[in-house]
Amino acid sequence: MEWFDSGWGLSLIVFLPLVGALILAAIPRANEAGIKWVALITALVTFVLAIVVAVRFDYGSAAQMQFGTDLPWIEAINARYHIGIDGISLPLVVLSAFITVLVVIYSWNHWPEPHNPKLLMALTMILATGMTGTFIALDLVLFFVFFEVVLLPMYFMIGIWGDTSMRIVPVVHWEIELRIYASIKFFLFTLFGSAFMLLGFLALYFKSGDVGANTFDILQLSELGRAGVFTGAFAFWVFAAMFLGFAVKVPMWPLHTWLPDAHTAAPTIGSVILAAILLKLGTYGFIRILIPILPQEAERWAWFIGLLAVIGIIYGSLACLAQSDMKRLIAYSSVGHMGFVMLGVATLSEIGINAAIIGMVAHGVITGLLFFIAGSMAHRYHTRDMNRLGGQMILMPKMGVILGFAAMASLGLPSLAGFWGEFMSLLASFNPLPGLDVTVFRTFMVIAAIGTVLTAGYMLWMLRSVNFGEPSAEWKDHEFHDIDKFEWMAWAPLVVMTIAIGIYPAIVLGATNDAVANLVAKAFGG
Amino acid sequence: MLAALTPLFAWLAFFSEEGGHEVHAGDGGALAQWAWLIPVVPMVITFLIVFFGKHSPLKGWGMATFGMAFVAVYAAVLAWKNLQEGILYEGSIEIGRIGDFTLEWGWLVDGLAIMMYFVVGVVGFLVFVYAKGYMKGDPRYTWFFASFSLFAGGMLVLVSAPNLIQLIVGWELVGVSSYLLIAFYWEDFDNVDAGNKAFMVNKVADAALFIGVIIMALSAGTFQFSEIFERMNEGQTLLVQFGFWAGLALFIGAMGKSAQFPLHVWLPDAMAGPTPVSALMHAATMVTAGIYLVARLFPFYQMPEFSGDVSTIIVIIGAITLFFMGLLALVQDDIKKVLAYSTVSQLGYMMAAMGVGAYTAGLFHLFTHAFFKSLLFLGAGSVIHAVHSNNMSDMGGLRKYLPATFWTFMIGTAALVGLFPFAGFWSKDEIIASAYYSASENPTAAAWFMVALSISGAFITAFYMARLVSLTFFGKYRGHASPHESPAVMTVPLMILAAFAATAGLLNMPGLTHVFTDWVTVRAFPIIEHHATSPSWGLLMIVTPVVLGALAIGFYIFRPKDTQAERDTFSIPVLYPLLDNKYYIDDFYMDGIVRPTMGPVADGTLWIDQNVIDAVPNLTAGATMHVAEAVNTVDQNVVDGVFNEAGAVTEAAGGFLRKMFTGRVQQYAAISFAGVVVIAALFMIF
Repeated sequence: MEWFDSGWGLSLIVFLPLVGALILAAIPRANEAGIKWVALITALVTFVLAIVVAVRFDYGSAAQMQFGTDLPWIEAINARYHIGIDGISLPLVVLSAFITVLVVIYSWNHWPEPHNPKLLMALTMILATGMTGTFIALDLVLFFVFFEVVLLPMYFMIGIWGDTSMRIVPVVHWEIELRIYASIKFFLFTLFGSAFMLLGFLALYFKSGDVGANTFDILQLSELGRAGVFTGAFAFWVFAAMFLGFAVKVPMWPLHTWLPDAHTAAPTIGSVILAAILLKLGTYGFIRILIPILPQEAERWAWFIGLLAVIGIIYGSLACLAQSDMKRLIAYSSVGHMGFVMLGVATLSEIGINAAIIGMVAHGVITGLLFFIAGSMAHRYHTRDMNRLGGQMILMPKMGVILGFAAMASLGLPSLAGFWGEFMSLLASFNPLPGLDVTVFRTFMVIAAIGTVLTAGYMLWMLRSVNFGEPSAEWKDHEFHDIDKFEWMAWAPLVVMTIAIGIYPAIVLGATNDAVANLVAKAFGG
Repeated sequence: MLAALTPLFAWLAFFSEEGGHEVHAGDGGALAQWAWLIPVVPMVITFLIVFFGKHSPLKGWGMATFGMAFVAVYAAVLAWKNLQEGILYEGSIEIGRIGDFTLEWGWLVDGLAIMMYFVVGVVGFLVFVYAKGYMKGDPRYTWFFASFSLFAGGMLVLVSAPNLIQLIVGWELVGVSSYLLIAFYWEDFDNVDAGNKAFMVNKVADAALFIGVIIMALSAGTFQFSEIFERMNEGQTLLVQFGFWAGLALFIGAMGKSAQFPLHVWLPDAMAGPTPVSALMHAATMVTAGIYLVARLFPFYQMPEFSGDVSTIIVIIGAITLFFMGLLALVQDDIKKVLAYSTVSQLGYMMAAMGVGAYTAGLFHLFTHAFFKSLLFLGAGSVIHAVHSNNMSDMGGLRKYLPATFWTFMIGTAALVGLFPFAGFWSKDEIIASAYYSASENPTAAAWFMVALSISGAFITAFYMARLVSLTFFGKYRGHASPHESPAVMTVPLMILAAFAATAGLLNMPGLTHVFTDWVTVRAFPIIEHHATSPSWGLLMIVTPVVLGALAIGFYIFRPKDTQAERDTFSIPVLYPLLDNKYYIDDFYMDGIVRPTMGPVADGTLWIDQNVIDAVPNLTAGATMHVAEAVNTVDQNVVDGVFNEAGAVTEAAGGFLRKMFTGRVQQYAAISFAGVVVIAALFMIF
């Protein structure tokens, strides 16, 4: 297994889906069964490899990069194929592979219009490559390429299979198909952010030349950052540029407005992937790149990140309370939940960053489930308007129960996965990294705690409108098909994971804790 | 002025004294090591009912009731062994580390925990048996027992918690099962709203609980109760510094669950749930979680060098609750709401007792109250079952129709109002005596406030119970159903609970028995408290006449009369409207907080989102489109040739993308690939 541990294992996890996509390209469109099976087998093999990695992972030295390799790639600019995972990336790699499998299973008999499974599955596979690639890349160029690879498939997913209803854009009053508007908005926002991010990467590259060789290597740049090479105005501008890139992706308030549109417009599996994985690329960037390379700037601006995070929590929750579109409500809830993740990051403490990672995983699992359910409901009711829904516990009791479960998990019910991230980021805010202003962060803690109340408020409101009461005349005599077997197969694993992480958080923390301790100690000399 | 009163009443508490308890205890052996089964069995059973309940012979009732029987028997054995030799045991398994903190699931076996296991197990078992009859024929029979079993499991997770994290987990699990069971009849939005209200009020309190746990954990450096107490022994400076805030925030959490003023508003509405739920959760066990929390942290709250004035705040809140919420019971027509306000009031007694340092007295009242109040609720349920209405205006004269219910209800009433020798007599007397003792030792305004209100509260309690009994069981039947006695499956649990209600007080008769004291003071950290060791005859001479007088006045005012309206209500100007509107507290929450938040504040946020924050990208895009259109007319080729950042905008403007999306889809893959190539190419150029 030497070959597996020294780069091949991770490379296979990343590039197998791409190979799958190529195979898909060779299959005739009419052969839908073949397309499904190729996609499923590719996703399953990738997931099994990810599990093998997780099993072989040395948790005793979770702080070290493992399964990695470092090969020359683009020699002209000293960009290298440097990959590897530590305890921080491991859960996210496994999560990505896991969600990909579920998405394929769900798709088995849920094809959004205009159909075309071949292209949809190919795009999903390309997305999988981009997602896992981002989490294993240890070279900024490599990271950037993978980060950008996810952009186009998602853009097409929203643009082609998205919601075709017309939307009148406020302020400028265009009337435009929601999928067109949302996909372009998603594309432009992310590209806007990544352009700045790339500038930041390039600046680091050139600056690193001052003290030796120009490099894009994340670990080497982290060493330089710790040694105090990046300081002053340079560090500030680089920080600002990379911050924009990651903050758009998270998304942090006020750069979040692409998210409700993209989520609402996207087909079900698009929303699931977007919520479960794509948002994490941003937070992961903060933890893997921004904090280690520019620790002084991170310390200086931690209050600002924390401020945007708590604004996101309150603001996202209030926006949820005003929603009548169920999918849009879940989308805005992501703004709030990612606010908790970013609050954890902003504390720059061991507990905070651990909280952020377990929060990311939990959000992936829980919000992924919520979007699955919302998608299946919209498919059955042909509307997402909560004012028209109601009485689901009578119409589709199983769907209602699963929705109730997911809503409870999402509002952070202890004993389910969502609790740990939320609670621990509050815990971290009381005692942030020494040197940060405790009064400011304790204020954030109290505000965020109020946010947990608002979160409960909109989730209960959603359950009230959708699940309870008598069905309206519109649905009363309608025959509904309750959860089908493909839905069960895609959702049950998410339910199980939600409970498992809730009861035994070491599933995530067992990998992350040492790695985070190491990261914090190195960046801030703990 | 208050100090001057002290000698005047000194004789009242002649026999009260302060005492500490030497704890001699073993580790309980295998019995304690296996006690993790107590929370786990009902939890596992919950899952079993969810998956297999519908197809099992007893539709889930059998499994759920087996779980409670198991807990009851296990707890009884533990209790017996605890009285023999004392048990102190703490087991745990690690479930993760975060920073320097270790997260654990664990199970505590000590006097306090065993007492709670016993109450949950015994009352739970009896209520489950009763529910078999009460819920018979309900379309969601299995779902009911799944939720009920979830509650029992959550409650046991809570009381077995050796650390604050597990306490939070149990705390919110009982919260969510409470929500599910209050909103059990969810076809009607009123019930759903009652469930939401309970959840939200508790969530507000839980936010404070979270903050309290966080401050406590970071000050002490641990989530473990036992280690927190050790840090106190060592005089941890952070605990001194933050103790007040930790204690206050934790107490606010306790106020939510135990329905203390001003967070009591959810409990009366919670009566929307089925009556067995009201009996077990909203009277006997769940609502005592707050009392339990304060009792668990009792050593902390009793040390002002750590917790500051929090214990005074506890006394004041408890006293306000016990008196003013009791008054509200006077004007309710719904029999369950009378009992609900009565529960709030009795919880006030317990909480205030904790505040004045009467650990045993407060817990003893919790213990006796669990029996007699669940008895009263189940009795009310039997009545409701018979007349198909919750309203006392539809009852009357039922003693002839439901004799078993009537007589057991009378025993429960006697226990609640505190008639000798029923259970409530001993426990309530002990609280009042302790309050008096505390006031005479340390004559503060708060202490005397507590004494005055606790005696007045006894009056109010007897008064509203006289009204309830008179309107329900005496006079002529006013409803339209044909009342009949409930089946044995319901009346037998009533009789057993009545036996407890009659005799539970004998466990702790001042000067005679101290079984209960011995039971609950087996704890790792010594309890120093105020308690009565012999009967406070002086107090009896005040309280018993007060109670008897209240009963007499109550029965006189609400005696059977000819006209209905005159009989049910008494219209005292100012007071009646105030009580009828629940002191306008609910209105304040709805109109002052909930509606504005869900209305203008939320709508305004969304408006800002769409019209201010999103205006920047939309206007930018709009402007770009105008430019692009101009460019487009100049040279179409520019548009076609470029596919990059700027190009995407331009193309969108040219309507190219729009055409593309509706056109042939094979092209997309090619374009997707081309995009990746372009990006890769950009790198080469760089």
